[in-house]
Amino acid sequence: MKVALFVPCYVDQFYPQVGIATLQLLEKLGVRANFPKQQTCCGQPMANSGCERDAIPVYHNFVDAFEGYDYVVGPAGSCVYHVRKHFDIIDQTPAVQHVRTNTYELFDFILNILGINEIPGSFPHKVGLHLSCHGQRGLHQANESEMTPVRDGQLRRLLSSMQGLELTELDRNDECCGFGGTFCVSEAGISARMGQDRVADHVRNGTRVLTGGDMSCLMHLEGIVRRAKLPIKVMHAAEILNGAVL
Amino acid sequence: MSHSQRSDIFLLDAERTTWHDETLWFVRQKRDKAVYATPEFQELRQLASDIKDHTLSRLDFYLQQFEENARRNGVQVHWAADAHEHNQIVLSLLKQHNATRVVKSKSMLTEECHLNPYLIKHGVDVIDTDLGERIIQLRDEAPSHVVLPAIHLKKEDVGDTFHLHLGTEKGNNDPQQLTETARQHLREKFLASEVAISGVNFAVAETGSVVVCTNEGNADLGVNLAKVHIACMGMEKLIPRLSDLSVFTRILTRSATGQPITTYTSHFSKPAEGKEMHVVIVDNGRTKQLGRPDFRASLKCIRCGACMNTCPVYRRSGGHSYDFTIPGPIGAILSPNIDMRKHASLPFASTLCGSCTDVCPVKIDIHTQLYKWRQVLGQAGEIPASKKWSMRLLSRVLAKPAVYGLGSKIARQSLRLLPHGLTHGKGYNPWAVARELPEPPKQSFREWYAQQAVK
Repeated sequence: MKVALFVPCYVDQFYPQVGIATLQLLEKLGVRANFPKQQTCCGQPMANSGCERDAIPVYHNFVDAFEGYDYVVGPAGSCVYHVRKHFDIIDQTPAVQHVRTNTYELFDFILNILGINEIPGSFPHKVGLHLSCHGQRGLHQANESEMTPVRDGQLRRLLSSMQGLELTELDRNDECCGFGGTFCVSEAGISARMGQDRVADHVRNGTRVLTGGDMSCLMHLEGIVRRAKLPIKVMHAAEILNGAVL
Repeated sequence: MSHSQRSDIFLLDAERTTWHDETLWFVRQKRDKAVYATPEFQELRQLASDIKDHTLSRLDFYLQQFEENARRNGVQVHWAADAHEHNQIVLSLLKQHNATRVVKSKSMLTEECHLNPYLIKHGVDVIDTDLGERIIQLRDEAPSHVVLPAIHLKKEDVGDTFHLHLGTEKGNNDPQQLTETARQHLREKFLASEVAISGVNFAVAETGSVVVCTNEGNADLGVNLAKVHIACMGMEKLIPRLSDLSVFTRILTRSATGQPITTYTSHFSKPAEGKEMHVVIVDNGRTKQLGRPDFRASLKCIRCGACMNTCPVYRRSGGHSYDFTIPGPIGAILSPNIDMRKHASLPFASTLCGSCTDVCPVKIDIHTQLYKWRQVLGQAGEIPASKKWSMRLLSRVLAKPAVYGLGSKIARQSLRLLPHGLTHGKGYNPWAVARELPEPPKQSFREWYAQQAVK
């Protein structure tokens, strides 16, 4: 099985530790992933701004970088969702179709391709799980409160399998954090307010470590946590599952 | 002003924003309870969606069938191409009956057509009889929600309004007393009215009847007391058969307020003896929307308001921030069809979280349409120039791995070296108004990875 590691542009630049944790976690689970250095970005920032035509060369670069692999795995539901859903405006060559179908969000890959349901390890902390909308509603990685009161999902299961880890029960389990890509600056006021409300829910319910499967939401929430100087550590779930120690 | 600018005004009152968010979230939770208690709810959504898709695909046929059956029942049917024609038709009917006193039950269509100001200009005393609508009419405001038109107001605001217009005691904010005052005030208007105007929730093609859903019973009271009933409907309100209605009555209020059904579901099929009934069918841009394959499904909307209650943006920006008759996510996909330039910022007033799509009882792919409107606006040049050029530049960088590698390194290192005050300048960095920027690391992932390979 030939697996490529997809490290989204902002993770590459700002959160290299998340890329490293992803690579190491996959290795522990028996997968040696390769990082094709031709990769840059999925093109979502342009497309969400109404400029998807400008993103076409970026889409082609993505496909060129990854077409030689069986699977493409990235620690970011939103970027994966973009590749799967919105690469429909370029010519659907076999390479494009192959890449679109086989690009996986990290935890989706672990559970559904590797068939691994629990990861040994210990993380004795109260952990608040932020469900990212594109992973949850887009890639169906978790139940939605719009459909059912049962709170279940891939990351919830994997995290619960760790020793000593206690998940925070939030008042609003799956409300959007307000990042929204370029929304975070074009609607900065609402974006910040949404993030502040999300963080307040975690504070109210005792979260000490705020985590999730999408670093973009976490980057936004971390920005709010640090501005308010709150005693909450923000980290990607790959770091926790890779055995991070606080 | 853009949606973002209007939102900033709403956000200035942080406490009120919290209250608005929590009030609507409470309605969303009531909706959730009703949905969880209905095991076949997802099947009902699919059925409702299929019925609406089918009807829209044969709208010309069902419109004619409806007209024919309505005429057979003794109902007079009128066709209006746009808002102005709709208003003219209503006014001419009023003139025929020398009517100057009109009561109106809730109708988003007449709001869309701005019927009230038109009638008032022509000397007609038109009174909204839905309590929320009456409150905002007294305040000369637009509705901020399709089901809860005065949801932006607190009881204190209503107390002040009634003190000013209906002579209640100053500072009396007791909801029961205020409602009783409105009841007495409206009763006089009902008794004096010559014509009753109503909206239409559903028009049944096979029977030629219209169905109006209210909780206050004001449509029934108005219609039964007046000599003439004028029902105004958008042409997308049709359903083929009476039996289809049961699907919609089951999902409409569960989605809207969490009730199993509205208190009143009134069928108006023909005029009572000695009275008249008219139906005005309005296009006003709907045919154009029907002709846009990507956006056609927006016409399936049954105006339940669930997408507003669930939208994390709407709850924190208020209905008036959309500056369109239908606010919230559904308004953001309907409005550019009417005036692309004026409403260009609305499809961007969303994080594309997709919750609207998941609560929509007729399965409109709202967040996908928001994304598609963004592309239409981008190509039509209706996005800010700064955004357009920065995205073009970004694309140049991201399409070339070498340029990206070097450019991002320079940007990251600058961020590391520049003082905090400079990188977090609130005047030019909207991110930094309420958030810290990420702390840039010494090495990017790709730099780290290249080092590993050398080792």
